[in-house]
Amino acid sequence: MTDRRQFLLSASAAALAAALPGSLLAQEATRIGFVYVSPIGDAGWTFQHDLARKELEAALGSKVQTKYVENVAEGADAERVIREFAASGHRIVFATSFGYMNYVERVARQFPQVTFLHATGYKSGKNFGHYNARFYEGRYLTGVIAGRMSKSKVLGYVAAFPIPEVLQGINAFTLGAKSVNPDVEVRVIWVNAWYDPGKEREAAMTLISQGADIVTQHTDSTAVVQAAEERGVHAFGYHSDMSKYGPKAHLTATTHHWGDFYTKTVNEVLAGTWKPAGVWGGFKDDMVRLAPLNPAIPAPVRDEVAALQDKLRTGGFHPFTGPIVDQAGKERLSAGAVMDDVALGKMDFFVQGVASRLPNAR
Amino acid sequence: MLRLEARAEPSYLMRWCSPLLAAALTLLAGLAIFWLLDKDPLEGLRYFLVHPVKDLYGVSELLLKATPLMLCAIGLAVGFRANVWNIGAEGQFMLGTVGASGVALYFAESDSALILPAMLAAGAAAGALWAAIPALLRTRFNANEILVSLMLVYVAQLFVSWLVFGPWRDPMGFGFPQTAMFHDAALLPVVLEGTRLHLGFPFGLAVLAAGYVFMNRSYPGFRMRVAGEAADAARYAGFSTRRTVWIGLLAGGAAAGVAGMMEVAGPMGQLTDKVGLGYGFAAIIVAFVGRLHAFGILLASLLMALLFIGGEQAQQYMNLPGSISLVFQGLLLFFLLGSDVFIHHRLRVGRAAA
Repeated sequence: MTDRRQFLLSASAAALAAALPGSLLAQEATRIGFVYVSPIGDAGWTFQHDLARKELEAALGSKVQTKYVENVAEGADAERVIREFAASGHRIVFATSFGYMNYVERVARQFPQVTFLHATGYKSGKNFGHYNARFYEGRYLTGVIAGRMSKSKVLGYVAAFPIPEVLQGINAFTLGAKSVNPDVEVRVIWVNAWYDPGKEREAAMTLISQGADIVTQHTDSTAVVQAAEERGVHAFGYHSDMSKYGPKAHLTATTHHWGDFYTKTVNEVLAGTWKPAGVWGGFKDDMVRLAPLNPAIPAPVRDEVAALQDKLRTGGFHPFTGPIVDQAGKERLSAGAVMDDVALGKMDFFVQGVASRLPNAR
Repeated sequence: MLRLEARAEPSYLMRWCSPLLAAALTLLAGLAIFWLLDKDPLEGLRYFLVHPVKDLYGVSELLLKATPLMLCAIGLAVGFRANVWNIGAEGQFMLGTVGASGVALYFAESDSALILPAMLAAGAAAGALWAAIPALLRTRFNANEILVSLMLVYVAQLFVSWLVFGPWRDPMGFGFPQTAMFHDAALLPVVLEGTRLHLGFPFGLAVLAAGYVFMNRSYPGFRMRVAGEAADAARYAGFSTRRTVWIGLLAGGAAAGVAGMMEVAGPMGQLTDKVGLGYGFAAIIVAFVGRLHAFGILLASLLMALLFIGGEQAQQYMNLPGSISLVFQGLLLFFLLGSDVFIHHRLRVGRAAA
């Protein structure tokens, strides 16, 4: 079956080659497929991946040709989309959400000549790897800003689901805020959705009414920043620079940057040097950045953040450095120790300073 | 002045041609949309309708996608025929995934051949149980089954979320909302080597056949139809309304539950919080486009699956926006309802005669 299709493909390619002037085929573009979990929109998780896809195209020019499918549910349909990319001559497939992992694994077994990468998962194999970014580093910095700027000492956090990545963000934000202002508390509202502007807005409004004067979110829309703008409080964006949705409210944002990683990966695959490894990049790898700081942030705070950012870049500082104590008062990390990636990846607790409880606390 | 006047006798032939007419109008509108989007309309239609079934694998994917749709739709049709409006097949589908997953996880150590039948039974029972809530509230308190069944979809979603974030979470899964992958004995065997098409498809065809026999060839089915088409006559004949409601909802719930079982025991191989994929809602369109008839539902489920996969491929090959599938689904239902209006009514110009 596959052989016949390959034969037909190469036969039609040969026919095409005969019909076209040689220059067009001087170098055949490598085809790369992207699978997106939500519509691209104009801010958020998928938007940043699509931005990176365009950066990849800009960097490698005619060497590559990219295609994408947006809004692919993390269920059985994903396997068909991923397989279709592989079967139609794409050499690399980026599946940009966790829920694609098991489908990537299955398709990767059927197409050993294609390279697959899935974002935020944990499995890998001969021809598939995973990648993610250390968003918690940015969260720590925004926490420091929040700790310095909050007057009410109540910070609001709208969150999607209690998975490790989200908990890392909430805990890093809390640790950052408490490092400069030990009295602050962080209140969390779970909206049980990655993208639900209505619920996100409602949650933000509730937090603001409870006295939060700075809010942020780990969900996919701009609703929280917009709510903050409306109520005259401050906010941090996430994924994308969301300043245009709240010019006054938006202090900065933890932004995601996959472009260099995509370009590097594609170059490695083309050169035959790519190895299936788990990539988890932070400020050091330029995969996480802060959006431009709002002029409302006082100069000493800017300097403080800039210094921390430099330390993150050089590896001289880790946000999860002990002692780390959870809500129950139990020490999770002893003084001076740095949390390793395995423990980070399995995080299932709130640190002291988070006022809310985890929904499935066991 | 334009007005609609009911036709005394709507053409029987046209009632059956209406879905075809709707499909043809959808195609025409589709051509116009592609043209407006600055894409080659014929190429667009090719990717939409031909490319998905270009080879055996494509056909197998189409049948795979159509399987849950036909299962949900035939169950709904039993109720819809009797004016029992179960809008919550989506929730019953999710409960079906829960019932089946429960069996698969509880017997994870066993490789008995009875696991799959047990999962099937648990899925059907859980779906039927979820549908029994609106049935009970309707027959006891006359609560509207449309609202109750719809609201229970959201409850079902939260229930699934709770399970996969809590007690059923894969301990090796890094805290992600998913169960462990099912073991081989809990996975449906593939019927076409090299594809994902599993035993659920032939099973779905059997359920369609059973649905046909029940609705068109059995006495209880006849009573259901009478209850739907002439409620007064049914009451006069002494047909129980309560029984109609119960049969309508339980059939819909059990069929949706089976569809849910087949999704987790088939292409997914585990339960996650993303299990509600909209099959239960899409099946409402399938049931109506299929004229609430088993054979019609078979065709309509294939058509809906084709529109869905076609939309995916139109994106993949032509970079069309992702919402294109939804636009086509909407067009299809719009034109079907529109055709029905003109088949049952006549458009008159001028004032009504006294």
